[in-house]
Amino acid sequence: MSSMSENPPRNSFHLSQLIYDTRYRSMTIQVVTLGLVCVGIWWLVDNLLANLGELGIEPSFSFLSSRAGYDIGSGFGTALMGYTSASSHLDAAFVGILNTLLVAALGIVLATVIGVIAGVLRLSKNWLISRLMAVYVEAFRNVPLLLWIVLIYAVLSESMPVPRDYRPNADGVANVEMIFGAIAFTTRYVAIPGPVMGAGSGILSIIFVLSIIGAVAYRRYAKKLLFDTGRLLPMVWPAIAIAFVPSILFFFILGRPVSLDYPVIGGFNFSGGIQISNPLVALWLALSLYTGAFITEIVRAGILAVSKGQSEASEALGMRANRTMSLVILPQAMRVIIPPLTSQYLNLTKNSSLAIAVGYADVRATLGGITLNQTGRALECMLLLGLFYLALSLIISFVMNIINNSMKLEER
Amino acid sequence: MSDTDAHVTNAYFRETMIAQQPPPATETGAIKWLRENLFPTWLNAIGTVIALYVIYFIISHAAPWFLNGIWNASSLTECREIRNATLGPDASAACFAVISDRWKQLLFGFYPSEAYWRPVVALVILLAGLAPVLFGSIPRRFMAFSLASPFIIFFLLWGGSIWLPIAIAAGFVIGFYVAKALASVNQIVALLGVVIVPILYWFFVMMPLVNMLQGFLPIGIMAIESKQFGGFMLSIVIGVAAIVLSLPLGIMLALGRASDLFIVNKLSVGFIEIIRGVPLIVWLFTASLLLNYFLPPGTNFDLTLRVIIMVTLFSAAYIAEVVRGGLAAVPKGQYEGADSLGLDYWQSMRLIVLPQALKISIPGIVNTFIGLFKDTTLVVFIGLLDPLGLTNSIRASTDWNGIYWELYVFIGLLFFVACYAMGRYSMYLERKLQRENR
Repeated sequence: MSSMSENPPRNSFHLSQLIYDTRYRSMTIQVVTLGLVCVGIWWLVDNLLANLGELGIEPSFSFLSSRAGYDIGSGFGTALMGYTSASSHLDAAFVGILNTLLVAALGIVLATVIGVIAGVLRLSKNWLISRLMAVYVEAFRNVPLLLWIVLIYAVLSESMPVPRDYRPNADGVANVEMIFGAIAFTTRYVAIPGPVMGAGSGILSIIFVLSIIGAVAYRRYAKKLLFDTGRLLPMVWPAIAIAFVPSILFFFILGRPVSLDYPVIGGFNFSGGIQISNPLVALWLALSLYTGAFITEIVRAGILAVSKGQSEASEALGMRANRTMSLVILPQAMRVIIPPLTSQYLNLTKNSSLAIAVGYADVRATLGGITLNQTGRALECMLLLGLFYLALSLIISFVMNIINNSMKLEER
Repeated sequence: MSDTDAHVTNAYFRETMIAQQPPPATETGAIKWLRENLFPTWLNAIGTVIALYVIYFIISHAAPWFLNGIWNASSLTECREIRNATLGPDASAACFAVISDRWKQLLFGFYPSEAYWRPVVALVILLAGLAPVLFGSIPRRFMAFSLASPFIIFFLLWGGSIWLPIAIAAGFVIGFYVAKALASVNQIVALLGVVIVPILYWFFVMMPLVNMLQGFLPIGIMAIESKQFGGFMLSIVIGVAAIVLSLPLGIMLALGRASDLFIVNKLSVGFIEIIRGVPLIVWLFTASLLLNYFLPPGTNFDLTLRVIIMVTLFSAAYIAEVVRGGLAAVPKGQYEGADSLGLDYWQSMRLIVLPQALKISIPGIVNTFIGLFKDTTLVVFIGLLDPLGLTNSIRASTDWNGIYWELYVFIGLLFFVACYAMGRYSMYLERKLQRENR
């Protein structure tokens, strides 16, 4: 017994122990790694300072507050920021950020809709439909996104009619008719009806928000009642009714405060309504169709990942098909779907920087494009651009993580 | 007994077998298939009709366009004249003449036309070199050719003195023999030797050696600068180089991220997240605008090389995440089993964990590669002439102003074939490596 603890290896530290003794080796490796990385960074920064010194520029962000002096075509960001060429570079950057957020948000919504529909159709027992969806997925996944963007843009700007073709001639017949009398594709933009907010529209929107809250509250109550007492209230129809009936009623009571403003062809251009520029349309459609193809596969894999026993057990319990889907399969499939879906949303957001191909004024085009070229502040502009995308990615991951956690299996 | 006999003779019983009947028409052959797959319910039938209409719509527009395609013309206007003369002005006809006119440019960019054989031979060597890596049925000794093929391809594409690729390859051979010689002395010394000796050789010995050999025995072919590279060939060069380089780097990053070592772990996480958080375009602009700021004053190295480095780092971060998923999916018992066998870290990773983790991550890795290959089109924004960059100049020329479908269909098909083949290969590999009982 004493022989075990007779000679503890004390005070016998050798330098070689740093490498051969597992107690110290990890420390050695880490210190060496850190040292190498520090040397590398020091080398890069040293070169940077030497280069900047040679060029006689000092890193500074003061250019952001100076006058931009360039115009950004009319659009969402420009209108929201009230941007003119007299605004500062910082304002130009914000216009770009807003435009990036706009196309990313629109793209995420449309891509999700396309992906979910196509994903469900892909699993359809109908041979023809599932093949058709497979063709869609393969076509979009195996061809570069950039090609789709420039192709859709080229189709819009080369093969669409010019606005004056929509103008009726002497006989009252136009070369081209608007779709449903409301939508017009032209070489430069797509004209669609826009809402006009009249007097009382504020009240209407408040009522709409309140009734949505009411519908959510009703669903919560019905769910609680179901879990507490086992009584099943109808869920879908009352919720829809609560959400929409008050708004529709008040829409007429208040004398139709919100109306649609249809685009009308004037001399050479449309007036009224909303004109969405072709770059935005091309970018939006291409991003959505491309990401939608990936989401299709994610949805399909998610639904297939729920084992067959689950749906069989649910049928054995006497649940109807739609309840099996909504109560048994979807909640389990969502757990599989959400993490890859998050990364698709992130990809879509980052891919929106391909706006450069069609000249859409996103943040890369303003901050990382014209501002950079005008001021020559490449280092600062790229740094800010990188930080913006990094922050955006982190925010999207954060939100999706919250959703994912609420969906997670609660294990004991 | 007599009762049963009476039964047999009973008039109710039939004494002959009925001949076999064919199943009802609705339960057999094409009709059954149609009923089950296309018209099982009303809703499905409506879907079928819609799908048929969509297919009809696409084919009725695309087929005449494609079949009427005009292959011999020198400009779009001439194409239209031919179409008007033969088919009438309303007919839809593709003008594939743009492809027969410019396909060399779309494939090779501004590579000298007398040297077109070089990329073609390089492609053959690439495929031959990849075959032993991709397919296990090919004898292992061909791996030596795979190891040599990067240097042969380098020599063929860039040309110049033959001694340069040989001298670069010699560095690896030197490293190999240093490792072999020092391994018996001490592992740490061997590791240091493998890293330091070849680097010293490449930096200080190689160029004088190449110059000397070139002066002594000048063998070489016409040197071609990488700014003359273009078209689909450029996409393949960047794509293949980045794929080959990013896989080992990605695996190292994944191991770093999964490691217990605090600093290594945090460095890997930081690198991966920063790279993944920012779009590739921004990284490419960084490579073209900023990289010179971070290098010693006066250095200026090839833009194509910078792009390859950036794309490699970019996809390495994505591969690291895929492999991390694979590492996490390997059961803990496998790690513990490796430890209990007394394997050290690298042995347990190399022999136990990584083979399983990589098998799980194959689909993700191949998807990353497909994404990388598609992303090579982004280099057009920093002035490299990939296929899409060339379409811009073709569409801007007076001859072909206003053409787009034909060009994009051609390029799209090239990419589709390459990416679809990669996807199919990953499925094949998954099936081949399947070890579970089914």
